[in-house]
Amino acid sequence: MSDNVIELVHLQKQFGDHSVLKDINLSVKKGEVLSIIGASGSGKSTMLRCINQLETPTSGQILYHGKDITSKDIKITQYRTKVGMVFQSFNLFNNMTAIDNCIVGQVSALKRSKSEAKEVAMKYLKKVGMEPFINARPSQLSGGQKQRVAIARALAMEPEVLLFDEPTSALDPQMVGEVLEVMTKLAKEGLTMIVVTHEMAFARDVSTHVVFMADGVICEQGAPHELFANPKNEKTREFLSRFLAK
Amino acid sequence: MEFFKDVIGILVKYYPQLLKGVGNTLLISLIGTVAGLVIGLLTGIIRTAPKSKNPVLKALHKIVNAIIAVYVEIFRGTPMMVQAMVIYWGYAFATGGNTLPLIPSGLIIVSINTGAYMAEIVRGGIISIDRGQFEGAMSIGMTHSQTMMKVIIPQVMRNILPSISNEFVINIKDTSVLNVIGVTELYFFAGVIKKSTFQTFQTYLIVCVIYFILTFTITRILRYVEKRLDGNENYTVFGSQSNSEAEIHIKKEDM
Repeated sequence: MSDNVIELVHLQKQFGDHSVLKDINLSVKKGEVLSIIGASGSGKSTMLRCINQLETPTSGQILYHGKDITSKDIKITQYRTKVGMVFQSFNLFNNMTAIDNCIVGQVSALKRSKSEAKEVAMKYLKKVGMEPFINARPSQLSGGQKQRVAIARALAMEPEVLLFDEPTSALDPQMVGEVLEVMTKLAKEGLTMIVVTHEMAFARDVSTHVVFMADGVICEQGAPHELFANPKNEKTREFLSRFLAK
Repeated sequence: MEFFKDVIGILVKYYPQLLKGVGNTLLISLIGTVAGLVIGLLTGIIRTAPKSKNPVLKALHKIVNAIIAVYVEIFRGTPMMVQAMVIYWGYAFATGGNTLPLIPSGLIIVSINTGAYMAEIVRGGIISIDRGQFEGAMSIGMTHSQTMMKVIIPQVMRNILPSISNEFVINIKDTSVLNVIGVTELYFFAGVIKKSTFQTFQTYLIVCVIYFILTFTITRILRYVEKRLDGNENYTVFGSQSNSEAEIHIKKEDM
């Protein structure tokens, strides 16, 4: 068996007549930090959402340690505790404090005791530097703080892979740094991460592998420094030059 | 002065009936609203549940949804006064002359009627919750029912509380129609008092004021509950850069 944690095989997704993902093949190994870059509408987020089954692919397979998770006999809720997700719009539960946000999933899905869940939640809230705000509600936190709590909520499930869907796109510029800092720390600790991002510096300096997508296909992928220094594909070159010009 | 004497006379002489009327009105409208809310929550949860992959369950879900839709349309689309007559006398007709006791009849009628409105209120409450709340819960492996119980319904309850108090106030006033089947609520006793005193205006003015006091008090109480449900406006930040033992209390006015 291969050591791929996640593998996408001939993945396709259509919304009506519109083909968003056309034959995606991709593999992610343990400890890899994969950045997915590309213009808006290229299918990056849809691909990420397929991995967590928030979207059902039209055809193709999603393998988790070689097992197809789109098949009926896989318990999807259990799979999701292993593959966490951080959203662009945070999606923290508005009716709970920061610490309860990190506890509820552990108690519901992992059947941990309340006291154990609380300990784990504290551990990860500390890790993201949010332990002073455990009793604050989402509406009382800034965007960057919310996203750090959201990361702690995902980490509290102690997942094997963490998916990030443009985690800094909804943030004010001065708050982007605090979130990227946390993500960099996690990457260095060896967490397997798949990150859809427009933060080119993160893609280049932190990730171990970069994938460039355009129009629902993977145009180019490779080591970050390679891909950024001399992109081979015409579209990649055009995209990067536009970004670097900014 | 004659007028005030009449009013005080009615109050002194008929206060036991008036109190009993107030008690029954409150009992029927309170229980009717709560039962209606339960009906609304159940139907709302069923109607917004994701389609099952199992074909039998899927078909069953469709049938139940259709039944709920018919129920809502019929009970919203006909007057409660008529519903009261149809249900009360319908039962008598079906059982060959037996009648239901009056207060339970009133409770059933108000509950079913309120349930039809609540079904729509709750459904609206659920679909107005941001999709991201569901996705956030799904992404950490929570099932649909866990998501509903712990994340969605608490937020729905807070959001629909103004509509619930609205329904409660409407019920306090509309239980008056139950006098058509003889339920001894407040309006029923007004009729009784009028018949023995012949002071129609004085009697109904008293009842009018009582209804207003009831609805006004209830609205204030529920507004207070709403505020409580919004949670603590203040929170504590533990530790600061210079002192890890510090507790900084953040008040809403500071933000």
